[in-house]
Amino acid sequence: MLLQGLPAEKERIIVPGPAGFMPPSAAQLGVALPPSGVGIAYGHHVPEDIAIAEIARQMLTKPNATIFPGPMVLWAWNEHAVEKAMAVLEIAAQIPNVLIIPMPDYRPKYPKVDPEEVINPNHPNLTIWGNKIEACIFVGVHCHYANLTLKMIRAGTNCCTAALCAEQGHEDAMLSVHDMDAAKLRKVAQIFKRVREQMGIKLPADGKNVRYTGLQSRVNGNETHINPLAALKPGAPPAGVHMPSEGQMPH
Amino acid sequence: MSNPLEPEVKTNPQGDPITSVEPEQKTNPQGDPITSAAPIKVSGGSKDLQEAAKKQRVVTPEYMFFEAPRKREFITGSEAAKEAVRRSNVDFSVAYPITPQSETMQLIGVLYGEGYVKEYYRGEEEYGVMSAIAGGSRAGVRCFTATAGPGTLRGIEPIASWPGHRLPAVAMFTCRVVNAPLAIQPDNIEISYLLNCGMIVFHAENQQDLFDFIMKGFIIGEKNDVTLPVGVACDGFFVTHARNYVDMQEKGIKLPPRQAWKGAVPVLDAENPPARLSRDAPVQKSNFMAYNIHAVWQQEVWAAVERSRRYIEQYMGGLCTPENVEGAEALIVASGSAAAQSREAIRLCKDQGVTVGFIKIRSLRPFPTKELRQLCAKAKLIVVPEFNYVGWLAKDVAAAIYGYSDAKIVAGPHVYGGMSMPVEMIVDEVIGGLTGKRSIAVPDSAIMGRDVNQAEVAHFMQNI
Repeated sequence: MLLQGLPAEKERIIVPGPAGFMPPSAAQLGVALPPSGVGIAYGHHVPEDIAIAEIARQMLTKPNATIFPGPMVLWAWNEHAVEKAMAVLEIAAQIPNVLIIPMPDYRPKYPKVDPEEVINPNHPNLTIWGNKIEACIFVGVHCHYANLTLKMIRAGTNCCTAALCAEQGHEDAMLSVHDMDAAKLRKVAQIFKRVREQMGIKLPADGKNVRYTGLQSRVNGNETHINPLAALKPGAPPAGVHMPSEGQMPH
Repeated sequence: MSNPLEPEVKTNPQGDPITSVEPEQKTNPQGDPITSAAPIKVSGGSKDLQEAAKKQRVVTPEYMFFEAPRKREFITGSEAAKEAVRRSNVDFSVAYPITPQSETMQLIGVLYGEGYVKEYYRGEEEYGVMSAIAGGSRAGVRCFTATAGPGTLRGIEPIASWPGHRLPAVAMFTCRVVNAPLAIQPDNIEISYLLNCGMIVFHAENQQDLFDFIMKGFIIGEKNDVTLPVGVACDGFFVTHARNYVDMQEKGIKLPPRQAWKGAVPVLDAENPPARLSRDAPVQKSNFMAYNIHAVWQQEVWAAVERSRRYIEQYMGGLCTPENVEGAEALIVASGSAAAQSREAIRLCKDQGVTVGFIKIRSLRPFPTKELRQLCAKAKLIVVPEFNYVGWLAKDVAAAIYGYSDAKIVAGPHVYGGMSMPVEMIVDEVIGGLTGKRSIAVPDSAIMGRDVNQAEVAHFMQNI
């Protein structure tokens, strides 16, 4: 059933945890993936814009809000991947003090993970705990690994999870919207801007609103923040690198 | 020094004279003889035997399944499988024939010769076949294989790993006896081993089902939110070797190719950074993974099975097909060849004035739990005939409707070890179940639900 607003608190199925030692998956709890134009909010189908606005509210109000970009927007697979990555930075530009912590691949880290610098689907709870993250967005992660990650975070942390998915969405996220191409990601950024302005939350005057992690700060001259829009002009690919055309590589 | 007057004798590397008059065997760099078929040359002409395959055009699944005109042919189940593969844009197929399971994999070899399947070879045995299918599917191509009985069980370890690796291959299981003493007759006990792997399992009643389920299996299994293997089972011989009418689309069209980069996991990719030689996260337990990675991995596989429901409804018209359920005095729930026998039993019951409804289960995983709860809510008697000893379908039916129906559930009649099922056996259970006459084919311990001795049911559930 499609609700026209966010579900009442007592009706919510998928909520920030810790949900317990071994909570059932959202699919086992009867949460289904919605059709195009419909998002998921706390286990219920709602119009997409309502879900996006709720993601914005969570990211603008919860401590240590973080964007977790996955391989499909971290690596320049094709021109559309670059365009999507730039759109993700436009979203980041609307969230004061946001962290950007990458999920560069899906391998367990050996011999030791640095959970404050990267997130990994095999132990994502460490990154949430280590940075005390209470709201986050996953974008550009292959669906299987996103689902593993979302399940573990719901089981073991109090983080409110959101997914911006290029495919059918994620029922294990508290908030999910799908069919995310570059244009739709830019639409998300616009809704974030509207919600931020409605809430009276201002951005820093110099535009430096993305907070560096410890390592990011050290490799950037001990700066503490960066303006994400300053990174919007990607450099040319290294000599000899062929950029595949659209449709040849991951979305 | 050799005598110039004597003819030179060729020797092998060990110094033995080569006396064979056979032409020299070409070998590959490893020294193995090259036996694969080169493109067949037709004497007296330059006809390209793969010309028709090259001219096949891609159509949408919706057009292929619902709009394309069909022509009826009278063919065996193995031929129906071959024709399904011909239209499914299959990249890779590995065979181990386990003769005489069926002709299916030989016929896929014919398709390879005709250019409809891009790669094909014979594996060492089923473990190797199923492992090779895993490799092909990981690499992003569309894979098909078929096996039966002991072959299924020999390959079950790699088969059981397919869902966790999220490999959307299609495997056909032409069920036959697996226990000793060996037999090659039908018995679908092997399905019970497949039900809990995490793969999608369809059970074909006849040749038409086999044709349709294989093609639709590729499309359903390759959906991003599913990305799972699909097993298409049928009861061997009854379906594979017997002929029946099959309505098929023209040979000149095929399904779109697999779009592996749209899958739920990245494909094996050694050409683009970051280079990967294997799927990223090893599925072995290690100290570098959270305690519950395996648990959520299994949850995710079964969540994907759940997600397949909407595609099964979209492309197959539902997980089960009810017929004349409303107002029926009794219901028969069956899958595979037992469904075909049940139809005839229902006709015989009607001759006796007894109205019997029918529910054919097409998808065993996911199982039509919600549908059965609704369809069986008012039923007084449910008969579940099966071609196996253990009654895996009856147990699933009973578990699904427990608390939702007070029907008496007859887990039988059963035939096994390669026997056929006389329809009169099913009729006896329906009439006996309605009149209270004691069955001679189904023990009391295999009757569940209303008016049942619970101690005997417990014995049934515990012992088989």
